Amino acid sequence: MTQPPEQTAPSRLALAHVSKSFPGVKANQDISLAVRPGEIHALLGENGAGKSTLVKIIYGVQRADEGQVSFDGRPVEIASPKAARKLGIGMVFQHFSLFDGMTVLENIALGLDETVPAEELKARIKAILDSYSLPLDPDREVHTLSVGERQRIEIVRCLLQKPKLLIMDEPTSVLTPQEVERLFETLRQIAREGCSILYISHKLHEIKALCEAATILRAGRVVAACDPRIETTQHMAELMIGAELKHLQRPAASKQGAARLSVERLDMPGEPPFGTSLKGISFSAQAGEILGIAGVAGNGQAELLLALSGEHLASRNEAIKLDGRPIGLADAGARRSAGLACVPEERNGHAAVPDFSLAENVVLTARHRLPLAPSGLIRQGAVERYAGEVIARFDVRTTGPAALAGSLSGGNLQKFIMGREIGQRPDVLVVAQPTWGVDAGAAAAIRQALVDLAAQGSAIVVISQDLDELLELSDRLCVINEGRLSQARPVAGLKLEEIGLMMGGIHGESHEAEPAHA
Amino acid sequence: MLEWRRRREPSKAMLYLSPLIAIGLTMLTGMLIFGAIGYDGLRAVTAIFVTPLLEPQRWADLGVKAAPLIMIALGLAIGFRANVWNIGAEGQYVMGAIAGTGVALLTHDMTGWWILPAMALAGIAGGAAYAALPALLKVRLQVSEILTSLMLTYVAVQFLYYLVRGPWKDPDGFNFPQTKMFSASQTLPAVAEGSLVHLGVPLAILLALVAWFVLGKTVAGYAVRVVGRAPAAARYGGFDANRVTWAALLAGGGLAGLAGLLEAAGPFGQLTPQFPVGYGFTAIIVAFLGRLSPPGIVFGALVLAVTYVGGEIAQSTVRLPAAATGMFQALLLFFLLATDVLVRYRLAWKARPARSAP
Amino acid sequence: MTAAILVSIFMTLAAAATPILLAALGELVTEKAGVLNLGVEGMMLCGAVAGFAVAYSTGSVPLGLIAATLAGVAAAMIFALLTLGLGSNQVATGLALTIFGIGASSLIGAGFVGRTIERLGPLFPADYAAHPWLRLVFGHDAIVYLSLALVLAVSLFLRRTKAGLILRAVGENADSAHAIGYRVLAIRTSATAFGGALAGLGGAYFSLALTPMWADRLTAGRGWIALALVVFAAWKPGRLLIGAYLFGAVATFELQAKAAGLSFIAPEVLAMTPYLATIVVLTMMSLGRRTGGRDAPACLGKPFPAQ
Repeated sequence: MTQPPEQTAPSRLALAHVSKSFPGVKANQDISLAVRPGEIHALLGENGAGKSTLVKIIYGVQRADEGQVSFDGRPVEIASPKAARKLGIGMVFQHFSLFDGMTVLENIALGLDETVPAEELKARIKAILDSYSLPLDPDREVHTLSVGERQRIEIVRCLLQKPKLLIMDEPTSVLTPQEVERLFETLRQIAREGCSILYISHKLHEIKALCEAATILRAGRVVAACDPRIETTQHMAELMIGAELKHLQRPAASKQGAARLSVERLDMPGEPPFGTSLKGISFSAQAGEILGIAGVAGNGQAELLLALSGEHLASRNEAIKLDGRPIGLADAGARRSAGLACVPEERNGHAAVPDFSLAENVVLTARHRLPLAPSGLIRQGAVERYAGEVIARFDVRTTGPAALAGSLSGGNLQKFIMGREIGQRPDVLVVAQPTWGVDAGAAAAIRQALVDLAAQGSAIVVISQDLDELLELSDRLCVINEGRLSQARPVAGLKLEEIGLMMGGIHGESHEAEPAHA
Repeated sequence: MLEWRRRREPSKAMLYLSPLIAIGLTMLTGMLIFGAIGYDGLRAVTAIFVTPLLEPQRWADLGVKAAPLIMIALGLAIGFRANVWNIGAEGQYVMGAIAGTGVALLTHDMTGWWILPAMALAGIAGGAAYAALPALLKVRLQVSEILTSLMLTYVAVQFLYYLVRGPWKDPDGFNFPQTKMFSASQTLPAVAEGSLVHLGVPLAILLALVAWFVLGKTVAGYAVRVVGRAPAAARYGGFDANRVTWAALLAGGGLAGLAGLLEAAGPFGQLTPQFPVGYGFTAIIVAFLGRLSPPGIVFGALVLAVTYVGGEIAQSTVRLPAAATGMFQALLLFFLLATDVLVRYRLAWKARPARSAP
Repeated sequence: MTAAILVSIFMTLAAAATPILLAALGELVTEKAGVLNLGVEGMMLCGAVAGFAVAYSTGSVPLGLIAATLAGVAAAMIFALLTLGLGSNQVATGLALTIFGIGASSLIGAGFVGRTIERLGPLFPADYAAHPWLRLVFGHDAIVYLSLALVLAVSLFLRRTKAGLILRAVGENADSAHAIGYRVLAIRTSATAFGGALAGLGGAYFSLALTPMWADRLTAGRGWIALALVVFAAWKPGRLLIGAYLFGAVATFELQAKAAGLSFIAPEVLAMTPYLATIVVLTMMSLGRRTGGRDAPACLGKPFPAQ
């Protein structure tokens, strides 16, 4: 375990009264915190609490409006990521800062401030991979790697600089449970060697397992500092959300009926250059049930959603059936008319058009099932009425149907999109990452709406990387891995380790087993 | 220090104001540039931008010059909105004129009310067919329509030269490279006795109204807008981007072709090597000046028509070279693109970064 | 005798290829950084007129070439200011730059129409190139050698140097490059300036070497062909060289056929060949590429920061 540092040792990182505003938002207000040398310090907060902004300030991506940052006891101005690295700060981004078309080696070279000859760099990378027993092939192109392997590139990139402070931004959202355990071992080893770690997350059980100190943010302010090893999960959650946890209201016994959506041996080649191919996907979702599809990002989830929504057509009409009717060759509009609605993961530019008004965004998908544009002429009154209904029913905080979709917060826009689809009473609803980047209040509302829709007899498929969410929502769960879907199993009695193994265990291990290249 | 601040929502006011600001900046810059190279800058700018509006005898000319610009720009705007960059309107304009002239030469000895409509249809078909090749290559093979449509413009102009110097040369034309003059049944009638304003001018306004309605009120218009703004969302909403690409290029080509025919059957009355005057390129500026909206395009076409007419005035009064008009038009487009930033951002005084006291 | 004719045809070919090679090489670097500057034609015209004006008034072709390069950079900087500084649409701004180049060159050039200058001569003394075959090696002007050296230099820069790696990274994923701490806009501005410099130089090759006389719009769409060439070359400098010389061959055929007075082909039809050939080549490239794979930089033409 970590040595308790002497009282006199200066903090590795100290923030004093840091504030940062953007037009319309105070992202950070008067934030102070201190991270000791060798400490794993959690920065805890839900989506939109201001964690990302704070981290960007520390890493020099953004500048604070007010306040002071100190490093090893000295006040510092961190003007750029380069300056941050010079001080000894390394960062692993949530959305990796990688270049898909380039090799691991090139990616690492780009992250270094000095120019190192390729052979020497390879040797240094190998030394780090060995000492932390991380498998990774420096000559592979990034797009061929799993998400876990990509994260390792970022970690190696940081470790090469011998950092004193490592920032990890939501590092586990893309990992299998086994990979999470492996990452934690690596992080503990790094901390034992004296490097501090600032660990950003909203997953409480992880923080309890890993961190020695925690600073909790809510709405841009520090609401508490605590020792997560002692504090209860329940209390930390309430501090984070600022309210009591709202539990999902489930019907006493979910009554399950006939299969509404059935998919049989669905194959689809991945889109060039880097898409995943779907291979023999089969599953069915019954009336009244919520079927969860788990998996690590990039294993075919996006492709599966496009195949179900009709944005990509199947090669056989029978591959997808809605209430027994084949629809594999029907386009997106025809599927929606037939009663299959989908909500993709990306809100801006996929599920909604940011520079269109909410009313115009209603026309995007609701014109098939509702009489919004019979005979090709858009009925403005009907469109605005429906938009207004969605806004009212789903408590979307906005100025009205004329507001631009892009002006809404992530949670509000997601509520609007879900409302737009649910309001059309679909027989089957397929949703990807329904609460991704959404605040806790909106997330609870969205989950409740899904449960309610199922209770009315629709079948619901939730594709998500958030295992906690799937375990809470689903009746049955299956896992997508490298474009293949596992058998669905009832959630009751399913163990986390089993799901982890279904998700592919630890990706990239097999490459290590191959004979090393010259 | 001034700095840019992002607006929470795009500014409606700036959407309409920024083209006016751009016109103002163009006049100012033009005055300075032409002043610096030895002309009377103020008089030059006044002649180009103001004089044509003050002299009623020039208004007919403004309408005649604006009409083809409106038609071509409407087609381009549909394309630009759908992210289809047809920049070969000049070629489609020429091809439309050639196709219509073909009908005129075939019917030269005939009379009848049907001849002019037949020429117009041929013009539309010629322009649309010429835009069909870029559309086909774009939809089937993802070849950039920017390059193909532009390359075809050079080809169309050479084809025109070939025709007027070769097979279509007027045998009674003293060996000048030009076709026969169109007959009375083949020439556009004026809207009023003795007026320069031909039927194409009200037709252009009518087309702008139709385009406005289609773009704003129909699902087809919605398809064009959504495919351009968010292709993934369009696909999700069940819109076919390829069909929109086809529609945009065919509409653009057809409108440019019609404009070409109207120009041939109107002001020119025949085809000559001087026929391609660059309306197809100027219409790009018109489309942007009009913010890709049909009413805006009517306004934009008037402004550009003013610079054409004014350019001619400035040649005689201030001895400004003919090329100056092109410079002004290019400057206008630059300033338009530059002032666009005002829609999304505003200028604000930079707050002093607060230094925390030690 | 036939050797002399072949050599002479190749000399014409190299001369026809050089301006497009230069402009396309500059655009390749610009596009590798993720910037799509469609204003090549405009920048070439700016270079052509600046080069001619300076060479004519000073009597020095080298000074003209320098002026042309600077004019190309200046034009490219207008583009950079608008697209990178103010976030305007790259396609529209590129078109604007071309329209501007046409207008500016014809305005400045109005006083020079029909004037001639002493054209840029071979780099080496005539006795080096006494023999026809030696002429093949030593008979070119300095710009031809420069263009070939630049192909090699750009190729090495992109593949072998850290700076080249960074440039490619910016074109591949601007957000990642920014997150790591690279100055995306500064790098893109430099790449755009380089593209402008070579386009300007390429434009001046028309007015100072090919036809040492000023004529309106003398680049005749070659800037657009240079853009097509970058696509043809799949963003690889080596293939650009092949493409440019192939284009030179087409242009030489057009010239030779005209000179030989091939009466059964109308001169207008001959004049269409470069443009039609470009369309054919682009189409064939697409047919060949349909199996997948990706050539264009992933961030080409996308604004940064995203809107």
